[in-house]
This record gives sequence, C-alpha cells and structure tokens, in this order.
Amino acid sequence: MTLWILIGVTAAGSLYSMTRPPSLDGGWRAAWWFLLPSLIGFLAFFLIPMIRGIYLGFTDWNALSNSGEWIGPDNYTKLIDDAQFWNAMRVTFWYVIWNIGTQTVLAITIAVMMDRLTKSGTVRSLILLPWLIPNLVAGLLFLWLLDPNLGLVNDILGWFGLGPYRFLTSTSGVIPSLALMNTWKFMGYTALLIFAGLQTIPKNLYEAAAIDGATEWQMMRRITIPLMRPVLALVMVVTVVGSFQVFDTALVAGGGIAAGGIGGPVNASKVIYLYIYQNAFVFFDQGYASALASVLLVFLMIITAIQLRLFRANESDLA
Amino acid sequence: MTTINDIVGYGNRSARARMGRPLAWALLALIIVITLLPFVWAIRTALSTNPALLSGEFDFTWGNFKRVIGIASQEEIQESAGRVNTGELNFWTSLRNSVIISTTIAIGQVFFSSMAAYAFARMQFAGRDRIFFIYLSGMMIPPIITLIPNVIFIKNLGLIASLPGIILPFFLMTPFAVFFMRQFFLGVSRSMEEAAMIDGASHFRIFRSITLPMIRPQMITLGVLTYVTAWNEFFWPFVVAPAEESVQPLPVALQVFRTQTPGNSPDWGGLMAGTIITTLPVMVIFAIFGKRIVDSIRFTGIK
Repeated sequence: MTLWILIGVTAAGSLYSMTRPPSLDGGWRAAWWFLLPSLIGFLAFFLIPMIRGIYLGFTDWNALSNSGEWIGPDNYTKLIDDAQFWNAMRVTFWYVIWNIGTQTVLAITIAVMMDRLTKSGTVRSLILLPWLIPNLVAGLLFLWLLDPNLGLVNDILGWFGLGPYRFLTSTSGVIPSLALMNTWKFMGYTALLIFAGLQTIPKNLYEAAAIDGATEWQMMRRITIPLMRPVLALVMVVTVVGSFQVFDTALVAGGGIAAGGIGGPVNASKVIYLYIYQNAFVFFDQGYASALASVLLVFLMIITAIQLRLFRANESDLA
Repeated sequence: MTTINDIVGYGNRSARARMGRPLAWALLALIIVITLLPFVWAIRTALSTNPALLSGEFDFTWGNFKRVIGIASQEEIQESAGRVNTGELNFWTSLRNSVIISTTIAIGQVFFSSMAAYAFARMQFAGRDRIFFIYLSGMMIPPIITLIPNVIFIKNLGLIASLPGIILPFFLMTPFAVFFMRQFFLGVSRSMEEAAMIDGASHFRIFRSITLPMIRPQMITLGVLTYVTAWNEFFWPFVVAPAEESVQPLPVALQVFRTQTPGNSPDWGGLMAGTIITTLPVMVIFAIFGKRIVDSIRFTGIK
C-alpha cells in the first residue's frame, strides 16, 4: 500500500511540474525535483508509517502471517488489564526520574564550570566521548564495571567499606544502575548544549551583580537560570523524550551477564520499549505492540506539551 | 589601580574565589576521570587473559584482540580465553557491513537533504513553510511507532534481512538533516546565487556549481554526524536482520557475541576487545573531525 501511494504522489507531482508553463520564480515546477527524494523518504518512512502504526493498533496483525483484521478497540481494553504494561510504564518512569534528575544537575554543573573555568576545546572533546559510542557498547562496558564479583565499581566502593552491591542483578538496583549509565553517556553532550546557551547571556549582567555584592549562588539563581530557561526547556524536552526510549542498554545489561530473559531480574528492567519489542518480535503480536506504541506516542506528546508550558519555552526574560 | 575585572569575577582575587576555584577544578577533574575511566578499564581488561581477570589480576596478552578478529592460533585462544571454545564475533563481515551501511546512508542522506533544504531556504512555492513544519514535526515522532510499519514495508518490498533493507529508511532524508542544512542556508549570503540567476542560470545549475561548493564544510559536518549515528544504530538492524549474520553491522554482531558468552564464566577479555574494536572507527573519526562535531552541537542546539 505504501508503495502505491509513493508511486501515485511521484507520478502526479512529476506530471504537474512538467506540464506547468515555466514562470519567473519557478514555483513548484522547479522546487518539485529538489523536494522529491526527501518527500519520498518522509512519506515512506515517517508519515505513512506513523498513520499506519496507529491503524495497526486496532488490528490483530500477526508478524508470521503478515496479515491482520480490524478488531476495534480490543487491544486497548486488553492493555488496561495488562499488569505487564503497567509494570513497564512504572519501571520506565522510575528510570526517567533517576536519569533526568542526575543528568540535568550534572550537566548544568559541568556547563557552568566550563563557562567559568575553561573554554578549552580539549575538555569539551573529552566530556563528549561517551556520547559518541554506541548505546550497546556503553551497556557492555557497564555490564563489566558493575559486575557483582569482579567489577571495578564494587572494588572502588570496597575501599570505602561499602558493598559489594548487586547493581544489575537485583530488582531494586537495576533501574538506577541503567539510569546512571545513561547519565554517564549523555551528561557531557547535554552540558555542551547548556554551555552553548550560557554563551548567549550578556557578561555585563554578572559584572553588575558582582558590584552589588551578589554571591555565585545568587547569580546562578537570579541571572543564569531565568535567562537560560528557553535553552533548558529545549534540553529537557529532548532528554526526557529520549530517556523514555531506553532500549539498547536495558537489553544488553538488564539482569547482568547471566540474564536468561528480557528485562530481568523478574521484569524489574522491562522498560516499555523492551515490552513493545517483545510483543512485536518475540510473541509476533504486532497489533498489540502497535497499540502499546500508540499509547506511548500520545503519552510523550502530553509530556512534551506540559514541559513546554511549564517552562514557557517561547518567551525569554532577556527581552 | 583597581579595574572592573578585579572587582568582578573573571580572574577574581577575592577570598571566596580563592577557595572556590581549586574546588571547582577538582570537581571538573573528577568528572573527566569518571568520563574516561570506563574506557581505560575496558582497554586494560581487553589486554589481559581471562583466567587472570577471574582472580583479579592482570596478565598481558594480545590474544583477546586476535580472537575477536579471528586471527588467533589455538594456543592463543586457550591462553587468553582460558578455554578452547569461545563465542565468535563475526568481525570482518560485520565491519564490512557497518562500513557499507554507514557510508551509503551518510552520502545519500546528506545529498538529498541538502537538495530539500535548498528548496526550503531559496525557492518560493505554495505551502513551503507548511511542508517544512510537517517535516520538523517528524523529528518528534518516536521511532517505536514507525518501527513495525517500516518492518512490514521492508518485508513487502522483499528486502528483509538485506543491506538495502537496513539502509533504505535513512537513505533519502531525516527531518534533522533537512533542518540542519536549512538552518545553514538561511545564514549564508545569497548574492552569488542571485547574480547567477540574473545571468539566467537554472536552479539546478546554481545548486551544482555555486551552492554545493559553498556549503561543503557543512555537508562534511553533517556527513560525519550521520556516519557516526548510522554506525551506532542498533535497534533497526537488530529487528530487520535478527538472524542474518551476513548483513549484521558491528553493534548487532556484538550483541550476538554477548549472548554466546557463558553466564557463569563470562569472556570479559573478549567482550571488551570487541567493544573497543567496534568503537575504534568512531574514535578515529572523532580524532579527525572532533572540532566540527563539538561546534555543530552549539550550532544545532541554539538558534
């Protein structure tokens, strides 16, 4: 079906652009050929799949037979009574709270320190390194670092008389561990985004505040944070939405190296992406998986809207 | 004489600052150590034999690296892994796949997205801003909602578990790439292009001979970002080519390798050698293009 829509759009547009008489500015006639490749890509892999994904949530689409029938809202009534779905949402929420809480505080701290201490390119490059490696690799690194028997982290904690902790193999430890892993990976990148925003604050504001005898902390609260609000809003929206989509690290590290199933131990790390993946590609119930994905889509839209409202992202106090 | 800078801050000599600055430096140093330590530890692990690791020791060997790239002798396998049978990282095939996938995606995506961005930034046509806004909204779509329909589409095209199937969804555009290039076009003077237009050059001619050469640095930056993103992509190839070793890129092969390792005596040396080798190309790219990547974050994040 997707293919026929694409062929139809391409043919109709090309016909139009070739039969229209040329005008001075060109209009669609000239723009068409520039837009065509990206239009095909956007329709085929973004817009049509999104509509189709929502549609599939109302079917019993099976991956093995590659077919399905319209079943109305059945998937959604099933979802309301599905304890696994609620568990997945709860686990994901917990992950996001740990991840965003630590990551935002650290990123702001790093950004402010870089702003005040050093504009060194080397420092900026170094803290960006974890952002560059695949999530899967980060998961493997920490699978080893957090190993209960041989892991370096337990060794270090041991020097202070702490531990050993079962980070990835205990139900209470696995989500904070995965979240802090993600914080390690993205705090440098997030810090650079905030750092870029800091550069836009006029320096004379700080000078004036210092003359009036303001402390560092007062300057942070009264100048930096309010003026950074639009940037922080953007950063929060991007990181929160990204955090809800955790998959690779939970797949590779959840439950530790000896984990038998997905999202261990006992579903303690079965985040919503893992649960959707499991339904779609292990149980082959792609209708139900699509319903789950649709719920997540709506949920993320609501979260984004709330955040933008809270942060009043489109206004700046600088004006 | 006391200047404003002495009173104010930068290079401040007040008592508070004298206390605060070394503390801040120490904190920054600690953060850098935490950032780098996992890498250092992974290298140390990869260079040690497994039996030594199991007893908390270090025993130097190249065996793990030789093992994961498949050139270790039987003795080296025995020595580094501590056993005869180890899992296998399908290294050379996966490396080839990763290179093909990332290169094709980077070239296609950058070129076609630049074309679209040129239209959005330089041409007049009905509904232009509305279409661009719809493209932008595409950035907000979480990939999970399009994942299943995309798999079905690729399956119906007969491309499941093939390299074109892995490449296609990222080949023609991503909303981010179009946005990135359009932002850039808007900041570039169009006087050269206008002069060419008065001389009667067509848009194709202008794009090819004037615009493309002018935006080469930005295309390279976007190309590097796209290349790294494609290199690191796991979810899509994982679901579209789950059991097809001949087309798997490195991260997927690494996951297969991880599932092969026995849970009771994990092959940590081999796993860490695998992660380092998977990451190495990205690190080389970063060593060459690091400044571009860092600057691009400023460029895309704000404005």
